[in-house]
Amino acid sequence: MSDHAHALETSTGLDSRKLAIWTFIGSECMFFATLISNYLVNKGKSLVGPFAHEAWTDPTTGNVMEPIIEIPLVTVGTALLLFSSLFVVLALYGAQKGNRKMLLVWLGATLLCGIFFVGMQVYEFTHFAHKGLTLQRNMFGASFFVLTGFHGTHVTIGVIWLATMFVLAVRRKLPPERSLNLEMAALYWHFVDVVWIVIFPVVYLIR
Amino acid sequence: MTAHAPAPEHAHDHPTPGTYAKIGLVLFVLTALEVGLYEFTFGKSAGTLGHQIEPFFIPLLLLLSAVKFALVAMFYMHLKNDSKMFSGVFVFPLIIATIVIFALVALQAYHWAFARPG
Amino acid sequence: MATTALDQQHAHAAAHGEKTGLWSWITTVDHKRIGILYGATAFFFFLLGGVEALIIRTQLARADNNFIDPDTYNQLFTMHGTTMIFLAIMPLSSAFFNYLIPLMIGARDVAFPRLNAFSYWVFLLGGLLLNASFLFGAAPDTGWYGYANLTSRQFSPGPNVDFWNMGLQVLGVASLAAAVNFFVTIINLRAPGMTLMRMPVFAWMTLITQVLLLLAFPVIAVALILLMFDRFWGTHFFVPAGGGDPLLWQHFFWIFGHPEVYILILPAFGIVSEVLPVFSRKPLFGYAAMVFSGIFIAFLGFGVWSHHMFATGMGPIPDTFFSLATMLIAIPTGVKIFNWLGTMWFGSLQFKTPMYFAVGFIAMFIIGGLSGVMHAPPPADLQQNDTYFIVAHFHYVMFGGSIFALVAGAYYWWPKMFGRMLDEGLGKVHFWLMLIGFNLTFFPMHFVGLNGMPRRTYTYPKELNLEALNQVETVGSFILGLSFLVFLINIYKTTRKPKNAPADPWNGATLEWAIPSPPQEWNFDQVPTVHGRDPLWELKRQRGGPLPEPPHTSGAGIHLPNPSYWPLVSAFGVASIFVAIMMSPKWGPWGIVAAVALLFFGIYNWLFEKGYSEFRTPSHGGH
Repeated sequence: MSDHAHALETSTGLDSRKLAIWTFIGSECMFFATLISNYLVNKGKSLVGPFAHEAWTDPTTGNVMEPIIEIPLVTVGTALLLFSSLFVVLALYGAQKGNRKMLLVWLGATLLCGIFFVGMQVYEFTHFAHKGLTLQRNMFGASFFVLTGFHGTHVTIGVIWLATMFVLAVRRKLPPERSLNLEMAALYWHFVDVVWIVIFPVVYLIR
Repeated sequence: MTAHAPAPEHAHDHPTPGTYAKIGLVLFVLTALEVGLYEFTFGKSAGTLGHQIEPFFIPLLLLLSAVKFALVAMFYMHLKNDSKMFSGVFVFPLIIATIVIFALVALQAYHWAFARPG
Repeated sequence: MATTALDQQHAHAAAHGEKTGLWSWITTVDHKRIGILYGATAFFFFLLGGVEALIIRTQLARADNNFIDPDTYNQLFTMHGTTMIFLAIMPLSSAFFNYLIPLMIGARDVAFPRLNAFSYWVFLLGGLLLNASFLFGAAPDTGWYGYANLTSRQFSPGPNVDFWNMGLQVLGVASLAAAVNFFVTIINLRAPGMTLMRMPVFAWMTLITQVLLLLAFPVIAVALILLMFDRFWGTHFFVPAGGGDPLLWQHFFWIFGHPEVYILILPAFGIVSEVLPVFSRKPLFGYAAMVFSGIFIAFLGFGVWSHHMFATGMGPIPDTFFSLATMLIAIPTGVKIFNWLGTMWFGSLQFKTPMYFAVGFIAMFIIGGLSGVMHAPPPADLQQNDTYFIVAHFHYVMFGGSIFALVAGAYYWWPKMFGRMLDEGLGKVHFWLMLIGFNLTFFPMHFVGLNGMPRRTYTYPKELNLEALNQVETVGSFILGLSFLVFLINIYKTTRKPKNAPADPWNGATLEWAIPSPPQEWNFDQVPTVHGRDPLWELKRQRGGPLPEPPHTSGAGIHLPNPSYWPLVSAFGVASIFVAIMMSPKWGPWGIVAAVALLFFGIYNWLFEKGYSEFRTPSHGGH
């Protein structure tokens, strides 16, 4: 990434790149707020099942569709994401202190958690589809998959970003002077976690 | 040319890995509480006390989430020890975002309750 | 003449390492060049949108006319609106942000020069994507606001809506990237001594506009994404038969759409706030009030959106709330108008061309604001909605407001940007033709609207007795077109003049007038230190007279960012993702995969560009 041999002094004393990532995160708040609003205003508008928390009997076939939400699976995913935030903070601490081992171990752990989370989402999506919930099936399917799908896309981008940082760290290109690059990736990653902190109760726990 | 604030971005009271780990534990416990609250109110073994709690479920749940949100923002994202500029740039959109969510949900509820034709 | 002005320009540039030629423009990261690119491109789209308007006006000149058929008419008014808003006014404002903000705050460039170039290329590609629809005879035809469920597959089976959707999403990326860039630039790159409350008002309005962009564009991005899912992947977000609600589109759209109109007008407010003081020889009246009213307008602008929806039956409580908020927002706007008048009051008024347009702005914007307040109460709006009364209102604020101000800015800053003064005589002809043409076109619309002429309808019956005024409007629109022809002639005439405009032809107050016209690539030899508002007037006061013409220097020892083509490659990546989505019914997902790969290729090379950390000095001319 761009390396300023002599960092330009700024009006606030803050690094412009860090300010930029926060500004971007602020904007993303509105992106997810709109998706969450969309989910909330469409709650209860499904014409047919399956539903999130209640069973649904198909009036034409008498077929019973079980509630879609499975708390244990998603709780594991939530925990994974939360711990990954802890791990990336530890990795950043290592990077800032010049402790390459700490950086690599914890960044690796973060990546594993992130990859597992994405894997869990993929599994969840295919599992729900098997149970009869698709994008097209009803309003719940549409809102659910678009909201969690875009969140998952953001997680995936975060994984790619952190993996890039990992490769840089392996190649000894992430010394303390360049730790801001990891800090930016970490801020993005925390934001993705924080969005999930909102999505988890709103989608999975609120009936 | 003098800058208006010290150039390095690192904060002064830097949390230790130990602090971070403790926060992580708290986050885990809060998540367990969220799920526990759900099971207590709606779960298969929910009793009468669970039913009585139902009207408070959403506010309690959102409170737990808000605490998690604040912990990650203040400690992991370092807002507590960083320049207030970063907090401002994050919190202001958050306020607008919350207003928009509430406005849309309220408009929807009002429309559904009062303004539908027929 | 032994050497033409162009020869001189080339010699000058070569001596100072600033390259000329197409490749230097394609790889430029210089905010001044990017500003010119934005300005030229936007002006081209403005003329295109103008032609669309003239065809519309020709159709409407007679009752029961069939100059164009209804489908073509729908495409024309949709493209006219979309083009004027997203491809003309917004990027014209960007041209000024780009060129002026670093100069006004005493910086050498924006915070992220390559991101700046990226924003321009994405904008260009988005504009081309939107207009490519014409080549397929399938231009967007559902209005610039794309109301559901007319935009559903069922009622709009062709690709028209998809061109609109994809085009706008591409443009959104450009705007968001630029907003991050300019927000950080203004907050972080101000010259020493330039506190926020000493910044030129144009910089403040720009800052507020970026905040609006950052908060509003994600909302329309989501709305467009939901529409995309409906049209391509079978969801029913806006389809009633599947449980969806077309009204939800309107909410999402206008939560974006209302801040958008402030995005369109705040830069204009900023320009006028710079021009009026200079040509009144008096500081801006009420600086703090101007800043805080701008902030208040932006914040409140998020609370009025459903005044676009009074006719949808939301119910009395939402109606009342949004009506009150809308009336409230007239107050800070009024404050600004009084402050502009206060600036002129007892000033030593210099009626040069920029001043004509600035004063014209005030008058036209007042009219537009008055008609706007007239539709703030729902009962009145129910009479005015969907009629030409509304068309009159928004053209008064957007053309009479934004365009008048942008033209004022063009005449004002032309010498700084191009080293030549636009002709004053032709400028005044432009002004009078534009003022007369504009009012002839849009004032009668108040009347035909209240007399029942509906919007978005390709013709009207003779019995409505609207023809006479419509003919006046059409004549007015052609006079408007003529005024821009005069502007083009002025521009052409001016290019043949020698590049010898002084650094400070107008006795300006802000930092951009302290450096040569046009500025050298690095803007300031030494980053200035600022001690108050209107720094240049302060300097002249201290000297007791005008400043000497600033010398051209070698720029030795100054570090500048290198040119790069990776922003352009990345821009192609972004645009091709949306093209691939549009073609996904035919190409499957593989087009999208390839496009994403292209984007990653562009970004990775951008981030890891070899040798980028080595700044070049101007005399070495870059790589």
